[in-house]
Amino acid sequence: MSPWVAGFSVFFGYPLVTTAYFSFTHYDLLSSPRWLGLANYRYLFESDQRIWPSVANTLWMIAVAVPLNVVFAFGIALMLSRARRGVGFFRTVFYLPALAPPVAATLGFVYLLNPATGPVNIALRHLGLPDPLWFDSPTWSKPSLVLLGIWGVGNTMIIFLAAIVDVPRQLYESASLDGAGPLRRLRYVTLPSISPVILFAVVIGVIEGLQYFTQAYVASTIAGGSAAAATEGANSLGYPQESTLFYPILLYQQGFRYFNMGYASAMAMLLLVVSFAVTALIVRNSRRWVHYQGAPAR
Amino acid sequence: MTSAATPVAAASAPLVKRRPPAPVRRKRVLVAIADHSILIAAALAFVAPLVFITLTALMTNDQALSPKLWPHPFRWDNFVEVFREAPLVRYALNTLLYAGLATLFMLVSSIPVAYALARLRWRGRHAAFLVVLVAMMLPPQVTVVPVYVLWAKLHLVGTLWPLILPNLLGDAFSIFLLRQFFLTIPEEYLDAARVDGCGELRILSTVVVRLAKPAIAAVALFMFLYCFNDFFGPLLYTGESPEHWTVAVGLAQFRTLYQVHWNLTMAATLLTMAPVVTLFFLAQRAFVEGVTLTGVKG
Repeated sequence: MSPWVAGFSVFFGYPLVTTAYFSFTHYDLLSSPRWLGLANYRYLFESDQRIWPSVANTLWMIAVAVPLNVVFAFGIALMLSRARRGVGFFRTVFYLPALAPPVAATLGFVYLLNPATGPVNIALRHLGLPDPLWFDSPTWSKPSLVLLGIWGVGNTMIIFLAAIVDVPRQLYESASLDGAGPLRRLRYVTLPSISPVILFAVVIGVIEGLQYFTQAYVASTIAGGSAAAATEGANSLGYPQESTLFYPILLYQQGFRYFNMGYASAMAMLLLVVSFAVTALIVRNSRRWVHYQGAPAR
Repeated sequence: MTSAATPVAAASAPLVKRRPPAPVRRKRVLVAIADHSILIAAALAFVAPLVFITLTALMTNDQALSPKLWPHPFRWDNFVEVFREAPLVRYALNTLLYAGLATLFMLVSSIPVAYALARLRWRGRHAAFLVVLVAMMLPPQVTVVPVYVLWAKLHLVGTLWPLILPNLLGDAFSIFLLRQFFLTIPEEYLDAARVDGCGELRILSTVVVRLAKPAIAAVALFMFLYCFNDFFGPLLYTGESPEHWTVAVGLAQFRTLYQVHWNLTMAATLLTMAPVVTLFFLAQRAFVEGVTLTGVKG
């Protein structure tokens, strides 16, 4: 059976090494790679006008969306765990949007939030509230994507719910006996007990944030309204005003629309380093706030 | 692909059913509503997008561009017209080919690997497991350039094969999940089979596969859904050959090809969500069964 494993490692190890090699070359798929030394990296760090916006957008998305998703997932899970009736029904309602395929969900939100005739803006105007341009506004495009993310928070919610239900009753009882009110029980019993699951959600959220692609691609091409074939949609990537130009989007554009494959490889190497660094950082810092019970329930 | 194996029906309250008199019931309902008001408000917010998408899918195009929110008249024909506007059947068949074969190949390759990692002692299995973990966490963008180049050299760019064939070498996430499940199978079962003279392959194909049916079903389901939802992969490899588009890519182009037909776009969106939701409700029982069957380990 080890041939399988060997084959698997090769299939995975080879591209990794090749990416590193390509990152030092100019390569456009047509002619063979031409050695450039550090030129790609110099361009990346010093001259590329679009790298830093894309990095900033990606970091913004992670910093805002990940905590909000965790808070909403936790809040809903907590409410569900306290509900007496219709738990099954509510759970399905909150989970259902998570099932919507990302492309479909994004299309739905671009429609719901479209500035002129979208139901959301119609409602806001009726209430006399300001009606933002959402996906058409550089200020609101990322918040719109955050809303879309919160709508699909069902998976995380289910994991949190299972963890909250698993918290041993006795812990709450003894906390009550010690005079802890509901808020303190939440702070000192529930949160520490489920902290491993929160860590899991944060790590997964950050990793997904570093790969954020589909929603941004679909939202910018649809809202940007470019016509015709799939590939020409790439022209409106980042619409409006590069506010949705995320790192993976730029990498895709450089590598597979402009065929700057050497440069895309350099970007990939940076992504690799950052992914590992960020994940390691979170996991290391987590020792301070994550509590593992002596005997895990599962 | 982080749709973790989550016990969707983990926490339902077993209530004894005895119908109390009507006024009491009414009062209880009101109390329950008061208790659950935040939950209900949140649930409405989560359902609202689906409701508006559905309503729009039933409007005429003129009406979809007006501020009116209720369809008048209801235009069920939209769901028929969608099929005339775009080759949805073709997209569906492509998706089925991709998701079906990828799932099949994944099972054939990942089950033995997971078994070897979980149950066989061989040198380097810890290292191999580490590779699986890293492969799972790594953003696909990191290795995508050399992999693309590889498929381009094999003249398979423009088809779905670059997405299907790698599954013959195993899928990291599936291997990980299956391994976790295989670890819970009591060693005694395997030893009993070994005493009866079974080879490891035979143990795997009879004992393990049978015991792990629920886990295998869950992994297959996740893989299928992952492929169905996948946008980056099909866009990358088939972006320029519309005859190979999957539903996800086709849907993303729908609006750009047919301009602002929000009603048809929303109808197509709903049609894309339908199979996933149906699959979920059909498979929910398999999920629950899987979760309860894992009770073997407890």
